[in-house]
Amino acid sequence: MAALSRALYPAWVIARREVRDQFRDWRIIFPVVGLTLIFPFIMNWTAERMFNFVNEYGATLIADRLVPFLLMIVGFFPISVSLVIALETFVGEKERGSIEPLLNTPLKDWQIYLGKLISSTVPPLLSSLLGMGVYLTGLAINEVPWPEGEMLAQIVTLTVVQAVMMVSGAVVVSSYATSVRAANLLSSFIVIPSAFLIQWEALVMFWGNNDTLWWVVVGILTLAVLLVRVGLAHFQREELLGRDIDVLRIRYSLGLFWRSFKGGARSPLEWYRRVLPVTLRRLALPSALVLGLVIAGIIIGWRQVERFPLLMDPEQFRDYETGMRSVLENFPISGPAAVLAVFWQNLRVLLLSLVLGVFSFGVVGVFPLMITMGIAGYLLGLLSANGIAVLPLAAGLLLPHGVIEIPAAILATAAVLEMGTVLATPTPGRTMGEVWVMALANWARVMAGVVIPLLIVAAMVEIWVTPRVALLIFH
Amino acid sequence: MIITEALTKWFDDFLAVDRVSLNVAQGRVLALLGQNGAGKTTTVRMLSSILKPTSGRACVAGFDVVSQPEKVRAAVGVLTENHGLYGRMNAQEYLEFFGALYGLPLADVRGRIRRLMEGFGLGHALKKRLGEYSKGMRQKLALVRAMLHDPAVLLLDEPTSAMDPESARTVRDAIHSLRSSGRTILLCTHNLAEAEELADQVAIIRRGRVILNDSIDAAKHKLLGPVEYEARLAHPLNGWNISLPDGVELRERGENWVRFHIHDPWLTNPTLLRQMLDAHLEVISFHEVPRSLEKAFLNALEMAAEGEGESHGRTV
Repeated sequence: MAALSRALYPAWVIARREVRDQFRDWRIIFPVVGLTLIFPFIMNWTAERMFNFVNEYGATLIADRLVPFLLMIVGFFPISVSLVIALETFVGEKERGSIEPLLNTPLKDWQIYLGKLISSTVPPLLSSLLGMGVYLTGLAINEVPWPEGEMLAQIVTLTVVQAVMMVSGAVVVSSYATSVRAANLLSSFIVIPSAFLIQWEALVMFWGNNDTLWWVVVGILTLAVLLVRVGLAHFQREELLGRDIDVLRIRYSLGLFWRSFKGGARSPLEWYRRVLPVTLRRLALPSALVLGLVIAGIIIGWRQVERFPLLMDPEQFRDYETGMRSVLENFPISGPAAVLAVFWQNLRVLLLSLVLGVFSFGVVGVFPLMITMGIAGYLLGLLSANGIAVLPLAAGLLLPHGVIEIPAAILATAAVLEMGTVLATPTPGRTMGEVWVMALANWARVMAGVVIPLLIVAAMVEIWVTPRVALLIFH
Repeated sequence: MIITEALTKWFDDFLAVDRVSLNVAQGRVLALLGQNGAGKTTTVRMLSSILKPTSGRACVAGFDVVSQPEKVRAAVGVLTENHGLYGRMNAQEYLEFFGALYGLPLADVRGRIRRLMEGFGLGHALKKRLGEYSKGMRQKLALVRAMLHDPAVLLLDEPTSAMDPESARTVRDAIHSLRSSGRTILLCTHNLAEAEELADQVAIIRRGRVILNDSIDAAKHKLLGPVEYEARLAHPLNGWNISLPDGVELRERGENWVRFHIHDPWLTNPTLLRQMLDAHLEVISFHEVPRSLEKAFLNALEMAAEGEGESHGRTV
């Protein structure tokens, strides 16, 4: 315990200095005081007016939802200042050169990082909580009912994890920038997703689904932890002072991508024999994880039938063969264009998975596959609930190409998940940009070596083989 | 105290420091000279364990810069090129902050702050905001910060660059005093007169590579030839003609003065003087002709550039 307290002491010294410095800067004090002590009263006034207005028309539900929503807004505004503070404290110091004396001290990188993280997070967070306190007090004075306990806890927790997420995101942005100007430009990568997140949270809040809101808390917390880890991995003396990383070196990046993609192989045959198997072996664990998520998706989708039941006429499903023949006659799709269309559709989903994965350390990248499987599970569950035989349908319409397509999708998603893990793992001697390019090359290797060939085969099977197999089975 | 062996640093495809080998004993001052971008700051950053060498090794105050970075940083005081002060703090707060980071007891730090600040003529400015400090005051404060934890090794990057002559004198005196108390100092400077005054040895770095590493006298000898001595006489020479001892060459002569190139003054000068007196020459003064380190430095760079040109020509 004493050792821990000794190790944490320098972080505390840094945090204390930074906080003291913040409280001497009127550019920080003014907005924080305004957002803490004035803005909540405006929200109180709004809440009271809206509450009385909607109650006049008996729309009490809207009022019930509006009061916690405004509380969330009151809490969010001050923590948005944390972004500015974090950028200033990390990049600003780098730009002014005041970070170098700090780096010359015997402190470890994580001690400096932690001190700065605390100083960037805690004051805006305290002002946010104070603002919420003021808002709630105002509600009590105006006799507007408070949100229920669980909702209150959710909003406070959300505010805390969002503050940590934004600050740690700002640190990650800072490691890409050598000037406050560049960091401010890059901060849109935090501000825009955060704005979307708030809108989504508001939607969930108005929907009144508390369970989903807890999942949002878990999701943001996971992201915050990953961002803190990435920030910690890249807050290194070497990176802070050793590189001019504002420069976009396209030729170098392309060279690095190509070298990583080739993995040292001198011929395509060697690449297939030596490099690709190593990559695929590394995907064993993420693939198992994605497989688990696929199964979970099917089960969750299947179970949604109880919540969203739909009555179907089993008579329509008696004669699969006639139905299938009718579909094939009405939609004669058998040319290469159809194969290409199916292939492109599948590839598009996997590219979406990559894009989502890049911004969420792979976490959200699993959603497209999981949601697809969830929908498939729901449809199969629906058929089953309506007394329709599921097995022939699945065997005839899904299995022939699915045995190729689903493993390919699992592999591609696992590569996205692995990419997220790589991004969140310290890579000594490499900048975040280099790690990113190398992770992307790793994903491209899996796609080019296995997934795309499998998707092409799956598309051909889906167009040329599946309908025939289905007809054979249904006959 | 500072030992480097083939210390090398690559930034991607740029070679910033190329196989630099240095050896600075305790209580000695090494002046690291070089043009802007020659690799001085990168070398200092490697010696203070901020940057990791790509290859080679370095040992500072008995600690390895790669495997014992915290110990190296605790034993080293660094005056950086950018002083990087916090403008909203006063000097007392600023130095106490760094004292806490070095794990020094507050009471000790306060005493040391007072002594150092007064020593540098900043005693009156302890409670003044650093944003209000002049350039020279900032530089002196940064030096105080570097000396605060009483380090065994000091790495000083341009310690007097922004100072008025009086302040620069104070800092140079402080460096003399540190050297006398056994501190090892690496001094990066463009002020060659200062380097000559303060340093025992000099290393000239060009494009990351050390092109000369020697004592100042030896460096001058290598780059400017043998030492030159001048004798001034009370009367005109009037066709003086004596045989000179071995190792002495007549370089120039005037009406009542004469200059010699002397290879080993310790050995030859007494003989030469005796011969002059025996020849009834009335010697008023006999002294070494001053030769600046600046001239030697420029010669070194010129020779290195010529060498590179020749090597380039051969390659082509």
